[in-house]
Amino acid sequence: MSEYIIKNGHVFDPVQGIKGDKKDICIKDGKIVDKVGSSAKVIDAKDKTVMAGAVEIHAHVAGPKVNLGRIYRPEDKLFSCTPTKGMERMGGGASIPTTFKTGYEYAKMGFGVAMEAAMPPLFSRHVHEEIRDTPIIDEGAFPVFGNNWFVLEYLKNQEIENTAAYCAWLLNVTKGYAIKVVNPGGTEAWGWGLNCLTVNDPVPYFDITPAEIVRGLMEANEYLGLPHSMHIHPNNLGNPGCYQTTLDTMKLAEGIKAKNKFGREQVMHLTHSQFHAYKGTNWGDFESGAKEITDYVNKNKNITIDTGNVTLDETTTMTADGPFEHHLTGLNHLKWANCDVELETAAGVVPYIYSPSISVCAIQWAIGLEIALMMKDPMRCYITTDHPNAGPFTRYPRVYKWLMSEKARKQQIESFKHKDKVLSQTALGTLDREISLYELAQMTRAGPAKSLGLAAMCGGLKPGMDADVAIYNINPDKPIANPDDIEKAFSRCAAFFKSGVQVVSNGEIVSNGNKRTLWVSVKAKENPQVARDINEKFVKYYSMTQANYEALGHHFVPNPYAIEVDATN
Amino acid sequence: MTKVITDVICPFCGTLCDDIEVTVSDDGKKLLEVANACVIGTEKFLHSQSSDRVMKPRLRQDDGSWKEISYEDAADYTAKLLAKAKKPLMYGWSSTNCEAQSVGNEIAEIAKACCDNTAAVCHGTTLIAVQDIGLPTCTLGEVKNRADRVIFWGCNPAHAHPRHMSRYSIFPRGFFTGKGQMSRKLVVVDPRCTDTAKMADMHLQVEQGRDYELLNALRIALKGEWLPDVVAGIPSEKIREAADTLKSGRFGIIFFGMGVTQSLSKNHNIDEAIALTKDLNEYTKYSIMPMRGHYNVTGSGEVFAWQFGFPYSVDLTRGFARYNPGDTSSIDLLARGEVDAMFTIGSDPGAHFPISAVKAIANVDSVCIDPHLTPTSGVSKLHVPVAFNGVECGGNCYRMDNVPIDCRKVVEPPQGMITDEAFLIMVRDRLKKLKGVA
Amino acid sequence: MANSISVNLISGRTIQQGVAIESGKEKPSYRTACGIIEMDSTDLKKLGAWKNTNVKVTTDYGSVIVKAVEATQGPHPGVAFIPMGPWANSVVSDNTYSTGMPTFKGTPAKVEIAMNEPVLLGIELVQKQCGVKVG
Repeated sequence: MSEYIIKNGHVFDPVQGIKGDKKDICIKDGKIVDKVGSSAKVIDAKDKTVMAGAVEIHAHVAGPKVNLGRIYRPEDKLFSCTPTKGMERMGGGASIPTTFKTGYEYAKMGFGVAMEAAMPPLFSRHVHEEIRDTPIIDEGAFPVFGNNWFVLEYLKNQEIENTAAYCAWLLNVTKGYAIKVVNPGGTEAWGWGLNCLTVNDPVPYFDITPAEIVRGLMEANEYLGLPHSMHIHPNNLGNPGCYQTTLDTMKLAEGIKAKNKFGREQVMHLTHSQFHAYKGTNWGDFESGAKEITDYVNKNKNITIDTGNVTLDETTTMTADGPFEHHLTGLNHLKWANCDVELETAAGVVPYIYSPSISVCAIQWAIGLEIALMMKDPMRCYITTDHPNAGPFTRYPRVYKWLMSEKARKQQIESFKHKDKVLSQTALGTLDREISLYELAQMTRAGPAKSLGLAAMCGGLKPGMDADVAIYNINPDKPIANPDDIEKAFSRCAAFFKSGVQVVSNGEIVSNGNKRTLWVSVKAKENPQVARDINEKFVKYYSMTQANYEALGHHFVPNPYAIEVDATN
Repeated sequence: MTKVITDVICPFCGTLCDDIEVTVSDDGKKLLEVANACVIGTEKFLHSQSSDRVMKPRLRQDDGSWKEISYEDAADYTAKLLAKAKKPLMYGWSSTNCEAQSVGNEIAEIAKACCDNTAAVCHGTTLIAVQDIGLPTCTLGEVKNRADRVIFWGCNPAHAHPRHMSRYSIFPRGFFTGKGQMSRKLVVVDPRCTDTAKMADMHLQVEQGRDYELLNALRIALKGEWLPDVVAGIPSEKIREAADTLKSGRFGIIFFGMGVTQSLSKNHNIDEAIALTKDLNEYTKYSIMPMRGHYNVTGSGEVFAWQFGFPYSVDLTRGFARYNPGDTSSIDLLARGEVDAMFTIGSDPGAHFPISAVKAIANVDSVCIDPHLTPTSGVSKLHVPVAFNGVECGGNCYRMDNVPIDCRKVVEPPQGMITDEAFLIMVRDRLKKLKGVA
Repeated sequence: MANSISVNLISGRTIQQGVAIESGKEKPSYRTACGIIEMDSTDLKKLGAWKNTNVKVTTDYGSVIVKAVEATQGPHPGVAFIPMGPWANSVVSDNTYSTGMPTFKGTPAKVEIAMNEPVLLGIELVQKQCGVKVG
């Protein structure tokens, strides 16, 4: 493999505490190393910013609901198609790009890792087929557990060991990465057209509450010592007043400590917190609950969050929160797709237009930024758009611009039709914080990598780590004249190395890299009861035999990278 | 000694049964018995063993006779055909696996072809309707475990999806449906008194082609509004009774088929059926599901969608993907005489397209990749027989509810025969050379 | 009793059609399964045809010889059914009305007795209509 030395760049690396100093970065055999030989190719990064490859902690980029979005929204391809070009396959789609375009767009922005945020276990093969066809970036997928019948039945009797054994089995057979929870109990209730809007609403028939599900899954997660924590989308998403449900959910983590060998400190990751930080009682008195949410997270170190920033675009919402999408189609009257999945979960898809002329959308935009600006520790708050729910991931550079420039925020607020309402219902106008490049590296690299249990592998530039290195056309020595320059620089990196291979040069794809599928291989204690229960559910209730359930073989996971967890002790 | 292979997937229809047991000879070369499959599935497995099978590619000569050629020569012919054509149509894909579809898409991208699958003459109008109005649906296990109202509209699973009713929709005892058939009310809407209709609690013998009116009347009846005395041949009292039956369920499912997709009104019929499903969700829980025909037509749509962005009728001739049924769809392309080379795989347009479109196929250079002799191979210039997917090779497939299931190989193909995927890779590599693509 | 009657023609799957396509479309069993028109007994009577008489089905789009059989999934007076396959597709419209989908069902058709004309095999029928030279 080629050796590279990246010279003269301003390096931002929270892992080593480097804050823009000029430092050479050496790459050999796919890893960052201390030094390379004289034959190493020299890359001049003078007046440029050097960071580790970015890490996407939560995006919907592969699998059945993403593809349903592609299938049922031909209009999303209008004006967004890209032709075959060099080694790039043709692409299309703005909010739900094709797999090839997804990989290229992430790489062009300097992303090395992305996590698919919700994998219905029964559809794991589909998720993996799309991951295989997404070039360059390493990807993992989170199977959903919060409405799974095994989990509901075990946790009703507080059987943590059995829950853990089942989680381990499911991660192994679906080649999954983490325990994802979406609207715990509410999506099972949706099987009957119902929902659970608080953590204490009992789940029909199963007679368990969301609180018990959440707490039990956190305990099972730590029992196994998985790299990532339980990753949750709480109940009551998107409704005025929902911040209370979010606080109730976060309080369930009190007293639970992280137990793992990956350096992860949190036991709960609260995702797309913007959607869970609403105060008010209706859409008229709708207001921000960002302060309440961030106050709580600032005080409680065992929680990490991501933002879910609204980007003010037309997009396609999709979530395993089936009842929410039904609610949303009732609000905007756009086409509604839904798929309930036997014994496991559901999903819904509805297009959405975040119009800057609608006060609620503008307030949502402000809340997402408030959260990022009010969080004291950037290592515990990560930037996402919950792609494509709050906006497409291709808008990250614009979100960075808003976070890094008060001027850019002011400009945006000025342009809103209901700017007074945005100022009265949120505190964004009073926040003068500007995220620094170092903090940005924490929020998009080191932070999410640590939260995912990947701190030893990515998110930093320490020798021994994977050589994911992005070079951006930003000179930190010079003041930024125009905030739009930030957006421009982060949209297309000057160069990007993925696992030591140069994949982007001057914003163009120059290699399809060597993409890997990340998954967590759990060695768990033998549990005959769980084995028996699994067998019984397949015989009686699944529509597929157990022998045909596992995602196996080269076709689905051609280049696996298994993270081993030994939970036998 | 013989071996029994269990949990085998049947590669016939979209029901994609995965509990088939196949007995094979000790050397794995001969398939002897098939258990659990329906009569069609059994025939599919057994016919792969027939002695009169075509084993080598054949090129039609000027005198109309066939000349056997090698796979290499067949791949050369195919690559040249695609390289030369201005608007090749690559059609079919529904009886092959997703691996082959993926290679096919690479070929199509290089050849700048039009790509289409059998949804064109099956559930294409369903896809248009879904693009109009969405689709509340579920997996088949949900039907098994929860459904107490089952509606078959314009479909006849007793004939077309023989094990659908026993595995998923009418007879099985699920988690909340412990009494099986007794837990469910079955409504069938069909202009004929089909074998499915004969099992129904209620059969609405709709006037042929009047499905839209009846669906609309049901929506009105749900709301308790005024109806004419008779709609689509059904008295209003019966429509109201049907609406009450639908509404009183806890979990309902509407399955629909060619009766609505192929009749006049086409996608508008499905629009209305989906709107009815949405309306029913205001009262209780309802889903709707197309009864997909070929065992992997759904998979073809999925692969097209994640690679090109559209589920069928994709036109790559401009170097990027376009989609506009009526313009980029197979039947219309053929009817307008725009197609200058025809590539068929995993389907039989010769038997299932209107004859005028088949004539357009016969007029151009063509290749047909299919293990069987078919009307399509009968009008094609080159016939490439291949291994039977799902019998002689595995590969991923998508069931009618979009659930992916990996097919199993149960016997070796005859000596020297290759798979769809292997042949397509040969074509792709040759085409890349011809086009100078890296 | 009439020389010809008008019917509304539809097509679709039957289990016999499914078995036949899997056992070989070159075989006579395919013709037995699909080279037929299922008619209501009252329509057969109107036409004055015995069961299992060959008939000629003519529409605006073509004509085909098939064997008239009594409907097994009736009654459906006025509606006639040819199982999906080349026989049915010899007489359907390719007009998709810009949807991509031909109008396979609901074709107005004329049925007349053609006792002495043969029902062709499936592949033969298509080749003949397409003018394919067969060696």
